[in-house]
Amino acid sequence: MTVIDAAEPEALTTTQKPIKIAVRRSRADNVYRRVAWVAAFSTFVILVLIGVFLYLRARPAFDYMGYWGFLHTQVWNVSGSHPSFGVGSALVGTIVLAIISLIIAVPVSIACALFINEYAPSKLFGFFPLKGLLTSMVDLMAAIPSVIYGLWGFFVLQTSMKGLSRWLSDHLSFIPGFKVTTPTYTSSFFIAGTLVGIMIMPIITALCREVFSLTPLGEREGALAMGASRARVVKDVVFPFSKGGMVGAIMLGLGRALGEAIAVSIIISLTFGYPNHVLQPGGSSIPALIATKFGSGGALGAAGLLAAGLVLFFLTLIVNLIAANIVSRQEKKRQ
Amino acid sequence: MTTTSNTPSEAEATIGDPVVAPTPNDDRRRRIVKTRDFKPTDAALLIVTMLSAYSIVWIIFDQLTLLSGEFGFVVCTLGIFLALYWFVNLQIYGRHMAVDRLLGGLVTFGALCMMLPLVLLVYYVFAKGLPLLSFSRFTQTQAGVGPLSPISKGGFLHAIVGTLQQVVLAAIMGIPIAVLTAIFLNEIGGRIASSVRTVVTAMSGTPAILAGVFIYSIWVLTFHGYSGFAASLALAILLLPTVTRGTEEVLRIVHNDLREASAALGAPDWRTVWSVVLPTARSGLVTSILLGIAVSIGETAPLIMTVFGSQVMNLNPFKGPQAALPLVVYQEIKLPQKSAVALGYTCALVLFILVFAIFIIARILGSAWLQGVLRSRKGGAKGGSNAAIEEDLMSVALAPAMSMGLPRDDRSLNPDWGGEE
Repeated sequence: MTVIDAAEPEALTTTQKPIKIAVRRSRADNVYRRVAWVAAFSTFVILVLIGVFLYLRARPAFDYMGYWGFLHTQVWNVSGSHPSFGVGSALVGTIVLAIISLIIAVPVSIACALFINEYAPSKLFGFFPLKGLLTSMVDLMAAIPSVIYGLWGFFVLQTSMKGLSRWLSDHLSFIPGFKVTTPTYTSSFFIAGTLVGIMIMPIITALCREVFSLTPLGEREGALAMGASRARVVKDVVFPFSKGGMVGAIMLGLGRALGEAIAVSIIISLTFGYPNHVLQPGGSSIPALIATKFGSGGALGAAGLLAAGLVLFFLTLIVNLIAANIVSRQEKKRQ
Repeated sequence: MTTTSNTPSEAEATIGDPVVAPTPNDDRRRRIVKTRDFKPTDAALLIVTMLSAYSIVWIIFDQLTLLSGEFGFVVCTLGIFLALYWFVNLQIYGRHMAVDRLLGGLVTFGALCMMLPLVLLVYYVFAKGLPLLSFSRFTQTQAGVGPLSPISKGGFLHAIVGTLQQVVLAAIMGIPIAVLTAIFLNEIGGRIASSVRTVVTAMSGTPAILAGVFIYSIWVLTFHGYSGFAASLALAILLLPTVTRGTEEVLRIVHNDLREASAALGAPDWRTVWSVVLPTARSGLVTSILLGIAVSIGETAPLIMTVFGSQVMNLNPFKGPQAALPLVVYQEIKLPQKSAVALGYTCALVLFILVFAIFIIARILGSAWLQGVLRSRKGGAKGGSNAAIEEDLMSVALAPAMSMGLPRDDRSLNPDWGGEE
């Protein structure tokens, strides 16, 4: 906007030179631009501040345990004469949980986005606004507080999934992690992961739906005109065009799954040690660890939790930045 | 605008006339060419296949009992139904149609899977929370309520007050920055705009608990202690990216003609934004702000380490622990007493109703605004609205405020893409 380059072909023939139009801004305009710039920059500053302050406050924990020691110690004993704590098992648990939730959420989300975009009539039977209703419901699902999801997951989902857990461990116990040695099937990674999967479904669905709706109309209609069925349009037109966007959507969902604290801490019973089972009770994740252990263990414990927060911060930041980059590259490709 | 003189009745009279080329902004564009019909025989086929799948699974379940519970039954029924449906269509219509129908069945199943948790959750929250909901819950606090207190005692006035104070403070701090950032991204732009957008998108995925941990380390630990204000700081951080993305989408819908007209009248940039862009986007702006607030009201994780929770009323958000609705739910359901858990349910119901009300208000405002903008863009042609595009726009425009929002090309936002020029 600073300099408008009027290098139109006609202008060139008459003057032989591009005319440069300089914009002289008033002082009020400069103030307005500066203020907006500061506001935009503050987002960036907040993100940096989170990292810096978590690091500063977590220093005692890192000094005590060492960086590598903190990353691979499995237990969390912050009180007593010989405290020893780290995020080893919680870090692995976070990733296990996120993988389970993605396995649950991705197929359902993509199917639902396809249904809303390609299959759902905007007026079912001529009057029922199915498409709009589904879109609103997906958005509502994203707005429901995680504590309500946790409540529902603990009292409803958990009981109704016991049977499935038992069946999985009875018939598929050759898969590593599916063997159950305890008599109960509750409070497991599997149930917590399913719940987190349900929670990230609306996010992935909404983003995938947007990506699908960006498929060029010309290509879509061309395929239809050549006699392609809807399934072929989805396979050969919609998916190739939205591959990158779908990956971005899934990555953003993954970022959410990595950071879910409340629902996980309600479901899972916190245990330590590298997870070797997904169906029996016990497990841990960094956000659930922070939410559960907060307020216990004095100054060193607090520093330890902040250090765990720092690990989570970097983990989610990397995932989210990759996702945001994919998303913005898609944007550039389309322009 | 080419030929918009057609009244709806005239348009109806010419429907099916292939000679007249359809013009944009015309009622005839609403006519959908059906590429594949779903005849009554197909509906019968669908129903019969469903019934046979159900009966097959019923027999298998009765005799073999491979699985226990309704879940396995439903999954088996669906699997067998899809296989049968595919096979029947393969016999009648051939491979292409069979695959198409199979995918149709699969994605419908996906949508059902998606909606089922929502329906169950809403039902459960109402069924469990409603019996204990009474007027006295809104006038009492938890002060003096112990494990032995009767179930009718106790309420969450203190939590409602706390939540409102925290959210309002968060909105006061977060929304101006968010709106200014959106203005920067959309109206000023420049080289760093795209990196700011990336950071905002990345920040919108930052775990809620990290905002709490951050405020704990920067505010609570440094001699300020727990307070409602600390919670509102954390909520403001969470509000910021959501509202920024939503507002940016809304500003993008404001037509460029308006900006150009304002600039042509000699208005400086700030004046264009203040007097033209923002008033045009007013309701859309309110929508995106309300959606951001709806999400931040329910955040629980950052509250644990910022307000800490309290049993009694604390009217001062700047000093001492406060209560908040989500925190009451979280703390009550972890208690062993049945009465505490029941109160947690009721509190969850109140929280849900609050979020839902804000969500609905935002939706209604937003769609009304969008329709107004579209109508004004079409030069006031009232009858000739394109329902399909409007609906699409509505969902496209409002969805990202909830999630992070993906960029989209201009065409999908511009109702004139049908070819006005």
